[in-house]
Amino acid sequence: MSQAMSPSLNVFIDGVGLLGPGLPDWAQAAPLLAQGGWAFSDLQIPAPQRLPAAERRRAGAVVKLSIAVADQACADAGCDPAGLATVFSSSSGDGTNCHALCEVLASDDRLVSPTRFTNSVHNAPAGYWHIATHSRAPSTSLCAHDASFAAGLLEAAVQAVSLGRPVLLVAADVPYPEPLHSARPLPAAFGVALVLVPQATARSRAALSLSLGAAAAPDRCADAGLERLRSQVPAARSLPLMQALSCGPVGEVVLEHLPHCALQVTLAPL
Amino acid sequence: MTPMQPVPITAYTLATALGVGRGMHAQALREGRSGLAAKPFETVTLPTWIGEVPGVDAQAMPAGMDDFDCRNNRLALLALQADGFEQQVLAARERWGAQRVGVFLGTSTSGILQTELAYRRRDDANGALPADFHYAQTHNTYSVAAFVRQHLGLQGPAFVVSTACSSSAKVFGNAARMIALGLIDAAVVGGVDSLCLTTLYGFHSLELLSPDICRPWDAERHGLSLGEAGAYALLERDSASPQAWLLGCGESSDGHHMSSPHPEGLGAAQAMQDAVAQAGLTAQDIDYVNLHGTATPNNDQAEDMAVSRVFGAVPCSSTKGATGHTLGAAGAVEAALSMLSMAQQWLPGGLNVRTIDPALQANYQCEGRAAALRHVASNSFGFGGSNACLVLRGAV
Repeated sequence: MSQAMSPSLNVFIDGVGLLGPGLPDWAQAAPLLAQGGWAFSDLQIPAPQRLPAAERRRAGAVVKLSIAVADQACADAGCDPAGLATVFSSSSGDGTNCHALCEVLASDDRLVSPTRFTNSVHNAPAGYWHIATHSRAPSTSLCAHDASFAAGLLEAAVQAVSLGRPVLLVAADVPYPEPLHSARPLPAAFGVALVLVPQATARSRAALSLSLGAAAAPDRCADAGLERLRSQVPAARSLPLMQALSCGPVGEVVLEHLPHCALQVTLAPL
Repeated sequence: MTPMQPVPITAYTLATALGVGRGMHAQALREGRSGLAAKPFETVTLPTWIGEVPGVDAQAMPAGMDDFDCRNNRLALLALQADGFEQQVLAARERWGAQRVGVFLGTSTSGILQTELAYRRRDDANGALPADFHYAQTHNTYSVAAFVRQHLGLQGPAFVVSTACSSSAKVFGNAARMIALGLIDAAVVGGVDSLCLTTLYGFHSLELLSPDICRPWDAERHGLSLGEAGAYALLERDSASPQAWLLGCGESSDGHHMSSPHPEGLGAAQAMQDAVAQAGLTAQDIDYVNLHGTATPNNDQAEDMAVSRVFGAVPCSSTKGATGHTLGAAGAVEAALSMLSMAQQWLPGGLNVRTIDPALQANYQCEGRAAALRHVASNSFGFGGSNACLVLRGAV
């Protein structure tokens, strides 16, 4: 980093969730990311058992994916989800829902489905999650286009430190259908979740130190297939961090962030 | 709840159906004027009233930024240029350095109108969107923050908060926390949301769009009137002459339903209590509450229970009868109107009430009047059960 870095932000990871093509959960993904052997395979997003039946019927793919990785991370951290503040981050939201709305609005009758409209809010995953967990804890939903994962990680760490409480970060993206897919091609769905805490606990598996600095090239994945995922799916921009987490955990990672502003993460074991 | 270090607000501005800039808004609040009108938008002829910002269609993009051209970014730029706000941001950039100034904006629908229009121009043969459709610059939820950050030459952290109608209240909290932790020294916060077909037909489908002008707190209220707006505030680490102070930003979830508030406003009340506690105040210190007050039957009822429980008989009103519901911009618009009310020592009346709903308990003010306003609370609640409350203090 060439210029002065911001003060660093120190948090700990208590729980991890991951779901992507060929990465069915964090337990199975970690050795593939650490030692190699990953291969693309279609992603199955489990039905969110946690949701009441009415909400489960209405939930779109990005909601299901977000809840799946959030559940993994909470189970891994051994924490009660109702007590967690949450930060949800997504570049694209529910693309299928967006397409359906735009299609009907371009038609003659313009008869919008009330459920489609309700689901069109960017904070739909957060809304469904807090309904499912009966949680009145603070929650936010962010977007920073290709920098959405880094923006979410930064905000989740900021909240954990300044509020002094555990924060659940969930980043998830799903592909658009055509014609939006051609305008914004995301080749696969990808979701990741982290439970961040301000003080180390018995569950903590890594110490993270985040700092902002001047522009720096983001780290890439050595595996060509994983690198395609990383470079094409905003939530998969997390992969270099997840690889460092699976190796040790140790290392310094520059995550893709914004022009002129890099996010550097240092990982250390406890 | 730990008290928040008060954050100086060194500049703010807004553009709504009432006009562009603080002067027009101060005058409109004193006159009790509404910017809403029963008229069509684009090709939409639903029976409703809308709050359209004058001059959006004529706003040109800055040189070299044509790919960002869409109604939402035109409105973003129009508001940025009001009250010399842009120049004050550039002065803050000089003072702190471009890397030390963040951009945190709220929007619910971003530039979706551009996509809606592009869907009418799909290729007959293969269904493709037209080549002049620019996804990242207009459709993506982040596009308005990308536009503002690039236009102002800022290099600090940036994102869009999109939690429906609480979005641009919550960004004040994002900025305050990052300033407190030393990650940045200043931030442009605000909200921009523009009229589009998705929200007009969407709220219509939920039967929440009023055929009449919206009448918050009225016994016969029939839903909301949609407006559009851009509003900004500049937060800095310190200032010799702040316009106002951010004292608290309470945030909570309902965890109840995607499109209906908790019937007793439990989540909303928690956000208000947290905001007051962060401010190091008690509810009795609040001189006026700017309500979310959308004029949907359920919202006003739930908010009334929450406000009455937390603030008792503190005077309150909704300014949405004047601006319409500006959705993702509402939090920043109403923060700006709250700061303006304190600067003018003028308590804004809630417009369009014929008969106050006798079932509502809060001390609702239908008429504007001079009042000593030192501390104001501003409520913003959104779909998905997202609640935020700001507590602000005037400069004097």
